[in-house]
Amino acid sequence: MDASLFSSMLFATVVAGTPLIIVALGLLVSEKAGVLNLGAEGMMAMGAVAAFAVTHHSGNPWLGVLAGMFAAMAVALIFGFLTLTLQANQVAAGLALSIFGVGLSAFIGKPFESIALPAVPAIRIPFIADLPLIGEALYNQQALVYLSWALFWAVVWFLYRSRAGLVLRAVGESPASAHAIGHPVIRIRYLAVLFGGAMAGIGGAFLSVFYTPMWVEGMVAGRGWIALALVVFATWRPLRVMIGAYLFGGVMITQLFIQGSGMQLDFPAQFLSSLPYWATIIVLVVISRNVNTIRLNSPVSLGKPYRAEG
Amino acid sequence: MLRLEPRAEASRLMSYLSPVLAAALTLIAGMAVFSALGKDPIEGLRLFLLSPVKDLYGVSELLLKATPLMLCAIGLAVGFRANVWNIGAEGQFMLGTVGATGVALYFQESDSGLILPAMVVAGAVAGAAWAAIPALLKTKFNANEILVSLMLVYVAQLFVSWLVFGPWKDPDGFNFPQTAMFGDSALLPILIEGTRLHAGFIIALTALVAGYAFMNRSYTGFKMRVAGEAADAARYAGFSANRMIWIGLLTGGAAAGIAGMSEVAGPMGQLTDKVNLGYGFAAIIVAFVGRLNPFGILLASLLMALLFLGGEQVQQYMNLPSSISMVFQGLLLFFLLGSDVFIHYRLSFSRATA
Repeated sequence: MDASLFSSMLFATVVAGTPLIIVALGLLVSEKAGVLNLGAEGMMAMGAVAAFAVTHHSGNPWLGVLAGMFAAMAVALIFGFLTLTLQANQVAAGLALSIFGVGLSAFIGKPFESIALPAVPAIRIPFIADLPLIGEALYNQQALVYLSWALFWAVVWFLYRSRAGLVLRAVGESPASAHAIGHPVIRIRYLAVLFGGAMAGIGGAFLSVFYTPMWVEGMVAGRGWIALALVVFATWRPLRVMIGAYLFGGVMITQLFIQGSGMQLDFPAQFLSSLPYWATIIVLVVISRNVNTIRLNSPVSLGKPYRAEG
Repeated sequence: MLRLEPRAEASRLMSYLSPVLAAALTLIAGMAVFSALGKDPIEGLRLFLLSPVKDLYGVSELLLKATPLMLCAIGLAVGFRANVWNIGAEGQFMLGTVGATGVALYFQESDSGLILPAMVVAGAVAGAAWAAIPALLKTKFNANEILVSLMLVYVAQLFVSWLVFGPWKDPDGFNFPQTAMFGDSALLPILIEGTRLHAGFIIALTALVAGYAFMNRSYTGFKMRVAGEAADAARYAGFSANRMIWIGLLTGGAAAGIAGMSEVAGPMGQLTDKVNLGYGFAAIIVAFVGRLNPFGILLASLLMALLFLGGEQVQQYMNLPSSISMVFQGLLLFFLLGSDVFIHYRLSFSRATA
């Protein structure tokens, strides 16, 4: 492989991994608080369509990102109300959110189909972008790529170095004990759900405004589900989320490069396109194979409703 | 202040009333949506709920749409009762279309009466085989069946796309991504002259009866219900969890596969790359709204079919995207989950305590 191909593949891998990092870190935080939100796909779709619409009308991609964030938080709030206030089953409510979000985004997005947004210029970080091989790929990137790195550090700091993060993890491990020592379990879970929604919205916005600056129905293409799988694969640890997201980005990009290279292949393009989905299944199998890996690492109260007694 | 108070016992009445309440709330929300879009809400509801079924043809279209929903939902209900979360019925449905199409194309020249039964079997086997992947990975490797079955939906879609763009493309089809039209012997007979309602509807009704017999009258069905409602009790009684995962997923896959067969051998008459019709996902809602109960599923699938048809109507007459029906489907499930709170809690007035 020559240097320029390596560099452009690395560049593309980082870009493809970025929405996964942002979304999966948001899901990680809400799962750490004990809430399993299967609505990631719907939240991303809402984020993507809202961001596209606002960017198209205002011309400002950052307003778009904000709009995407708030749109996804709004639908996440429905999920929160159902599961936290009304004690609904989290799996069912998450599925409902996915169906609703994908449907509503398709409905809202209809007038925006076949419109393209101008590309948002990358931000070049002086000096280090001149590094050989990796400079251009890592340091001449979209702002949201840098944001995903900042977010990673912020989540690590929050979960493992801050008091609030400790409380959040306590709520996820044992809501009853957290409640007993005076922490507002439901309110903390609401905040965690909203944070997950906000990140899913930014991830969706990245897709429709920065990655492929257009809106197509179904453009999230399972990334919300892949992000959910990534959290399991990462055994609920931020660093592994990051590594996993780039591995997935790599799988997605490799198949695109092979398809785009005009290489004569004995197997069909659809097979290559299905690789990211197979990869998700394979990593789930590898990580879940040992029952204890999941049991020891997943937040104890994950997916279980909680109601304060008395 | 208003607060929720746990009931001593789950309310049976509420568990039946809750879907009705949810449907009513969806109706109100629907009117609000139409008003917000600047459309007459009464006209919108009329288009959505009444005009699709204003004549015999409309009713037959309703039953036609309800057919795959019933099939997929009854299969899913078997698994859901045991907390086996197969959400990949959409993919199993597509594999069913592939299995059935394979038989239809292979025996294209034949006019044997055995072709249709063979297509049903092939559809069921293909759907079940697709569902066997999450079952195998769950039982052998503990891999989450929700994520695996869902990922396989995307794979199934690509698989169908490869078939109709590649080996199965109709050589006389002007390069469209579709197979040749099926021969008459590979098409399900029409039930009412002049409509598209086909024998798949009878298959679906039979599946509901079979589902009832299995879930409510068989020992295995009983064990699955126990496993769903009290996992610890089931374990203590020595019921095999793995066996339930297999039964849940294979039944769901086979039923969705038959639904796929009834689409290609019914209204489609060929396989195209547009088989991702959303029945598999909508069936999840049907199963919940129908309370995982065969009779409930019958009613819920009619309601959901109406939402599909209504979406087409408002697209045609109000110039709104047909995806509005997905919005209503999602709302319906939201409202159902919200109303379900009253099964276990009651509202009571009490003073706020500090």
